[in-house]
Amino acid sequence: MELGRVVGKVVCTVKDPKLHGIRLLLVEPLNHRLQAVAAPFVAADSVGAGRGEIVYYETAREAPFAFPTVQPPIDAAIIGIVDTVQ
Amino acid sequence: MRLGKVVGTVVATQKDPKLTGNKLLVIREMQLDGSLKEDFSVAVDTVGAGVGECVLVCAGSSARLARNLQDCPVDAAVIGIVDTVEHDGKVVFKK
Repeated sequence: MELGRVVGKVVCTVKDPKLHGIRLLLVEPLNHRLQAVAAPFVAADSVGAGRGEIVYYETAREAPFAFPTVQPPIDAAIIGIVDTVQ
Repeated sequence: MRLGKVVGTVVATQKDPKLTGNKLLVIREMQLDGSLKEDFSVAVDTVGAGVGECVLVCAGSSARLARNLQDCPVDAAVIGIVDTVEHDGKVVFKK
């Protein structure tokens, strides 16, 4: 998993049926000093994160497990909202 | 997932039999300022996207979870046609 910051959202009306009801957020990857290290990408939100919040996300084959019953075709999923980073 | 723009299609008569019936799209990754990156990739279309449309592309083995791609040799699938992209409170892309 890695740290990220929610910086926006993406809306798709026409999409894979398994994605219906899943929010798609723009996430900016961060380093341990919470500085942006790459361009934003799109991640499926499984915890109800809002814009500006620091989150952690998982990528690749494990991302669909954030939605175990649905297993949508996603390669990035937000799985937690960070309270503190020490 | 990555935002991409459909810039073309690929037709391959000789291909893996499991790919038969799937449309192959040429995608260039789109950045938030609307510009396109140099490199491009080929993705299987599962939502009926056309050339010129902004799409959402899922890469890696999760792409096989898209509609009827279960055991296809695929590592990139177009899973959505983007309507709007909002970045820092501003709409940076609108269909």
